Amino acid sequence: MSLAQHLPALQVVLPLISAPLAVLLRRGGLAFAMVTAAAWAAFAIAIALWLQVDSSGSISYHIGNWEPPWGIEYRIDRLNSFMLVLVSGMAAVVLPYSRASIEREIPRESHYLFYAMMGLCMTGLLGITITGDAFNLFVFLEISSLSTYVLIALGRDRRALTASYQYLIMGSIGATFIVIAIGFLYLMTGTLNLADMATKLSTIKGTRPVLVALAFFTVGVSLKAAIFPLHQWLPNAYTYAPSAVTAFIGATATKVSLYALIRFYFTIFGDSLVFEQLPLPEIMLMLSLFALFVANFIAIFQSNLKRLFAYSSIGQIGYITLGLSFDSVHGLAASIMHLFNHGIAKGAIFLLTGGIVATLTTRQGIPTAPTFERLAGLSKQMPLTCFGIVIGGLSLIGVPGTAGFISKWYLILAAIEKDQWWLAGAIVISSLLALAYVWRFVEVAYFRSPPVGQNAHGEASISLLIPAWLLIAGTIWFGFDTSFTVGSALNAAQQLMSNSR
Amino acid sequence: MNADFPVALILILGAALVPLLRGGLRTVYMALLPLASFVWLLALPQGEFAQLQLFGQSLVLMRVDRLSLIFGYIFLIASLLNVIYAQHVEDTVQHVASLVYAGSAIGAVFAGDLMTLFVYWELTAISSVLLIWARRRESAFRAGMRYLLVQLLSGMFLLVGGLLHWYATGSLEFGQIGLSGAGGVLILIAFGIKCAFPFLHNWLQDAYPEATPTGAVVLSAFTTKLGIYALARAYPGTEMLIWVGTVMAAFPIFFAVIENDLRRVLAYSMNNQIGFMVVGIGIGSELAINGAVAHAFADILFKALLFMSMGAVLLRAGTVKGSELGGLYKSMPWTTGFCLVGAASISAFPLFSGFVTKSMIMSAAAGEGLQLTWLVLLFASAGVFHHAGIKIPYFAFFSHDSGIRCEEAPRNMLLAMAITAALCIGIGVFPRTLYSLLPYAVAYEPYTASHVLAQLQLLIFSALAFSVLMRTGIYPPELRSINIDSDWFYRKAGPLAARSIATAWKHLLAGGSEVLSAQAAEFGDSFARHRQPDGLLVRSWPTRSMAMWVMVMLLAYLLVYYLGK
Repeated sequence: MSLAQHLPALQVVLPLISAPLAVLLRRGGLAFAMVTAAAWAAFAIAIALWLQVDSSGSISYHIGNWEPPWGIEYRIDRLNSFMLVLVSGMAAVVLPYSRASIEREIPRESHYLFYAMMGLCMTGLLGITITGDAFNLFVFLEISSLSTYVLIALGRDRRALTASYQYLIMGSIGATFIVIAIGFLYLMTGTLNLADMATKLSTIKGTRPVLVALAFFTVGVSLKAAIFPLHQWLPNAYTYAPSAVTAFIGATATKVSLYALIRFYFTIFGDSLVFEQLPLPEIMLMLSLFALFVANFIAIFQSNLKRLFAYSSIGQIGYITLGLSFDSVHGLAASIMHLFNHGIAKGAIFLLTGGIVATLTTRQGIPTAPTFERLAGLSKQMPLTCFGIVIGGLSLIGVPGTAGFISKWYLILAAIEKDQWWLAGAIVISSLLALAYVWRFVEVAYFRSPPVGQNAHGEASISLLIPAWLLIAGTIWFGFDTSFTVGSALNAAQQLMSNSR
Repeated sequence: MNADFPVALILILGAALVPLLRGGLRTVYMALLPLASFVWLLALPQGEFAQLQLFGQSLVLMRVDRLSLIFGYIFLIASLLNVIYAQHVEDTVQHVASLVYAGSAIGAVFAGDLMTLFVYWELTAISSVLLIWARRRESAFRAGMRYLLVQLLSGMFLLVGGLLHWYATGSLEFGQIGLSGAGGVLILIAFGIKCAFPFLHNWLQDAYPEATPTGAVVLSAFTTKLGIYALARAYPGTEMLIWVGTVMAAFPIFFAVIENDLRRVLAYSMNNQIGFMVVGIGIGSELAINGAVAHAFADILFKALLFMSMGAVLLRAGTVKGSELGGLYKSMPWTTGFCLVGAASISAFPLFSGFVTKSMIMSAAAGEGLQLTWLVLLFASAGVFHHAGIKIPYFAFFSHDSGIRCEEAPRNMLLAMAITAALCIGIGVFPRTLYSLLPYAVAYEPYTASHVLAQLQLLIFSALAFSVLMRTGIYPPELRSINIDSDWFYRKAGPLAARSIATAWKHLLAGGSEVLSAQAAEFGDSFARHRQPDGLLVRSWPTRSMAMWVMVMLLAYLLVYYLGK
């Protein structure tokens, strides 16, 4: 067998190996090189897989040549090939950034641990996305969660510890719920292979254990994906984690959980059960609307920029679940698109915010929180950073010409398809809330004069700016050339909807 | 040359280079941009160019016909005049913003579909607000914020209306839309906000007087006229517009008379002039549409001239309050002269631009047998002469001597005013040139004995009325005051209602048990509290309450599934 046939395994194995190697090397620089190389390789593999799926359809890879349903199967279709590109792409951008960023935020002696954890986190997220096995999914979920707890706790602010601890407790509850759900499903079907499980479930849909499994799974994943009202762990975790970590998990972790939700709803339970027999669309719709309005509204009143955008993430997740609740190809496609479009925009914003933190922080000092008093008049000193945040913010609002507009456009289309005009209105009005919080940044950074007595400092260093601006460029690029995002998302949505009927 | 290149991009992209240039080079460069665009327009053939395929719709970025061309010309002229007028300004933001603003207004004029229109529509809003904020003071900031919200709201209406229209007709073409569907109504509201229809007009009086001296000139040229263009394109002959326009032409007169801030007086007179154009569009005959377009053309020039002169006064004397000015003709003779030309134009003196354009609309109204409208427009003409033609020059430059002694306006401002004044007179004396550019062929002759005599009678008698009232002391004196019209609803009534409801609520609860009254106090300032660091909205939640929510959610789902089965 040629190497190309083993790409699905390498996608996960390369980052997985890079993590222990990073620990063995024990040197920050070498560990960095190791994990970054793994991330880039993973990105290249993800693109190769995407191309392969695009040209010749789904790939099924049998680990160790054990036939499914007994062996573990990696199954790559249009949806997860798209997600793999997002996750590995974000890792490939964030890792080069992290070297300069953690310099100020993490003690030098733990740098190699940081890289090892990034490697593991990447492994976990890629694994959840690629696997076609329920228990394997749970294992990868735990790998990514445990490494994320460590990554958050690496933040030098002492509140990072409480944030991480809280996330640990909540994440464990979530993971437990998920494993309970998988247990119920295993009990009922006797298989762990997702495809196999789907066929076996079709005869026993609607039995009590399956419904209980659905409930446990929904709540567990809602926690991991920070779906309102189970989002409370998120603001602290994002705020106090090191900037590179915030950018990476902000762009990928919740998205991968949402991917798992889509996968289980549409491939396993089937949308006839989830959306037609049960009142789940209504619940999801209500929760999404709450997320849109409450979270975006709270975001307006934050004084810490990282926290503001953390709340904004909760609101944006609301758009994704809103798309799911339509149960239509366009709605689902809008959700999948928004996974990607929001991922890169928010990733870019957190990277740029990290640039601000790194620039404000003195060497070996406690990282300075990017509060609004400190940001006053920042556009004079850091024009590129501020401008980048504004563009990212425009994408969050959904201004035409940015990626965020495309997903909102499809979301509105989906709402109109269902004759839900008021929902289209609600989407538009909630964008005004996003405008308000982005505006707060613009007002402070561009129209206030810098606080007296603050030391003059320059633009963030170039190694911090380039990765961030790559993503900003992506935000604009995908606002105009939508063939990759819209094409992949529509294909994936069609595939999911046709399979689950 | 390539007709597919959107002409708006010359200004918008060209603006990007402005921050790199300084001094004379910058002025030359900035003046070249509108000139180059103008030459480009002259060379353009008519038709639809720059077509794109997006979302399965074909977008037309350049639709060149007589209607879009004439607005393109005047927008470019206004943009060039502004470059000259603002040449002395150091603030790069204003230069860039006004170029982008002009460019996006031109882009909107040449947009052949609603999607493109929407993009440029929003861009005008975002770029123009910078001209208000550039004044850099608290009140300007707030006014700018209100302005931006209103403009973006207009964009939202346009977007939703456009989608509905698309849904209903399957086409995004920006042509005759009409009021048949819900989409048409929403789009009309969007355009109405830009045109400052009655009750949608407050942003104009609110924001323009807060803009920088040069910013107000730019603002006066584009936003409302873009609205007029859009109306003329999509709603010609919509009868409702006749009545909207009639009200619009009449009601600002009263506010303009009592207003003290002279730039705000101009803002009201803007409403009034736009009212004339809206009436013309509502009538919809060829003469009326021609009149509306021609009047928009002339209005951009004379309104710019008036705003320029007031800008010069603001720059030199530091205020444009009627109560604080007076006697400036000694210090600023040139500005006074140009202001008088503008005043004569807006009042439609024969041989000035307003006369040859406004009379087209009046004749169209009379020709259609709309007596009431005709009478109201006549009253409005007298009124506009009165507040814009007499009041502004009188209180600023003559009246009692305020003792202000200042320099004459900077040379570049004078130059810009001189060119504008020359254009105003030129149009008035040689109306054929303008008429030849209008969308339809013109067989109209402004200089007939009856037209001229009627107009002169009107003007002389209203001048007489003003003099008599002034002499006898009946005329409302210029007071330092802020007049509130329908913005009363959001400035006063809204907060008042909110306060009284809150008070009533508190009383209601305080009447109950002590527990309740404590809660009432809590309720009263809960919002303020929730914004503080430990407030409900901001503080982090303890782990146990998070876990509780997980429980609640799980139980809720289980219950729903149990019942849903």
